[in-house]
Amino acid sequence: MQKRLVLDQQQIAITLKRFCYQLIENHDDFENTVILGLQPRGTILLDKIVALLKEISGIEVPSGYLDATFHRDDFRRRDFPLKANETKIDFLVEGKKVILIDDVLYKGRSVRAAMDAMIAFGRPQKVELMVLVDRRLTRDFPIMPDYVGVKVNTLDSQHVIVEWAEQGFPQDAIWITEKDKS
Amino acid sequence: MSQLSTRHLLGIKDITETDIRLILETAANFKEVINRPIKKVPSLRDITIANIFFENSTRTRLSFELAEKRLSADVVNFSSSNSSVKKGETLVDTVNNILAMKVDMVVMRHASPGAPHFLSRNVKANIVNAGDGTHEHPTQALLDAFSMQEKLGDLAGKKIAIIGDILHSRVALSNIFCLQKLGAEVMVCGPITLLPKYISSLGVKVELDVRKALEWCDVANVLRIQLERQQIKYFPSLREYSLYYGINKKMLQSLNKEIIIMHPGPINRGVELSSDAADSEQSIILDQVENGVAVRMAVLYLLAGAKG
Repeated sequence: MQKRLVLDQQQIAITLKRFCYQLIENHDDFENTVILGLQPRGTILLDKIVALLKEISGIEVPSGYLDATFHRDDFRRRDFPLKANETKIDFLVEGKKVILIDDVLYKGRSVRAAMDAMIAFGRPQKVELMVLVDRRLTRDFPIMPDYVGVKVNTLDSQHVIVEWAEQGFPQDAIWITEKDKS
Repeated sequence: MSQLSTRHLLGIKDITETDIRLILETAANFKEVINRPIKKVPSLRDITIANIFFENSTRTRLSFELAEKRLSADVVNFSSSNSSVKKGETLVDTVNNILAMKVDMVVMRHASPGAPHFLSRNVKANIVNAGDGTHEHPTQALLDAFSMQEKLGDLAGKKIAIIGDILHSRVALSNIFCLQKLGAEVMVCGPITLLPKYISSLGVKVELDVRKALEWCDVANVLRIQLERQQIKYFPSLREYSLYYGINKKMLQSLNKEIIIMHPGPINRGVELSSDAADSEQSIILDQVENGVAVRMAVLYLLAGAKG
């Protein structure tokens, strides 16, 4: 299978650090800010950002996991329903600045569903989007990220895969691969 | 796998252990949803569900209706007491007329065992059995299993006693199938007249002494005496039944362990369960009611989810 490396472990580490400094620049002491990681794959990135923010600034930003399965627009349009993941948010987002975090931004449909799911926890003052990879020119919805790790040009026939050492991979890495045609 | 092996929920006997586990896992997600400030998700917004109840029901009908509304489905309710069934219309005609109004799913309770199975062979919609006579009540068994799992974790090897009127209970049969598929040990306990003759062929233990059953089990699922289904007398009096099979707090405190008390409702207080036992900390009866909505949301979601 053809595989092209987009970012390696060191480059990802630099990107995550940059994310943290950008967040500190925009959110100061995070007094009114919460961070939500989108299930299933945005939550690993979320945990890393929250830990790194604490290391850099000493601030523990309230965070939670958001699952948008029940808000997706492709229910009954797939061969079988997607399995839901845990939503774990023990605060309301009413009046808060919310940073949504996901690993890859592609069509924008997951983010749309996530914003719909998030509203169940109140009306946020502002919502920002952070993604590690932005697949340019592939959007179905007018959604643009505020914080981007890397922008890539991809085809529909390709996958963007984010691998984390925590998941048992040799090291953190982002790859572009060809979809299996069989 | 995130799809059920069936497009109807007719009984627990017809579904697999994988199906049961998928429903229970999905129900856990929905329990989180119904505890949010906004308790609604849009998944079933293009689905219409008919609740067709040919028998009385409070809890189950309300629970299904809430589950449907929390999933954003359109809901129509029908009860036989004020319908054309009274004028002699057949079951299939009644349901086909309702389906002609573009209904996608039917939740049905009927006094005749097998009525939902018959319907599933004759109409196109997904059918959910909300209780068919003395046969099965699958969603009750699923919510019971979900409630037990919340307290005990995985049910494999756990001991569950079903106590009371087993003969007339659809809850008992569905519970037996469900718990056995999840690996639990099941005992039935009640007066010999209220135990089906061949019940032990289902692989359950049979006990006539309620105290011994309580000492054996981790969970006691206490059932109501269904006087409305009893054409003859199965025991001398309610007072005598209560004396021999009624469970009270004193009895629970005298056991050498703390067991969980469940009841599918409605409770006949002072008959099968005393008030101090029903309202005790060991009782999870109200948890069962809350979990009922989550479990029914999971069932409807998973059945509706297959590509139409």
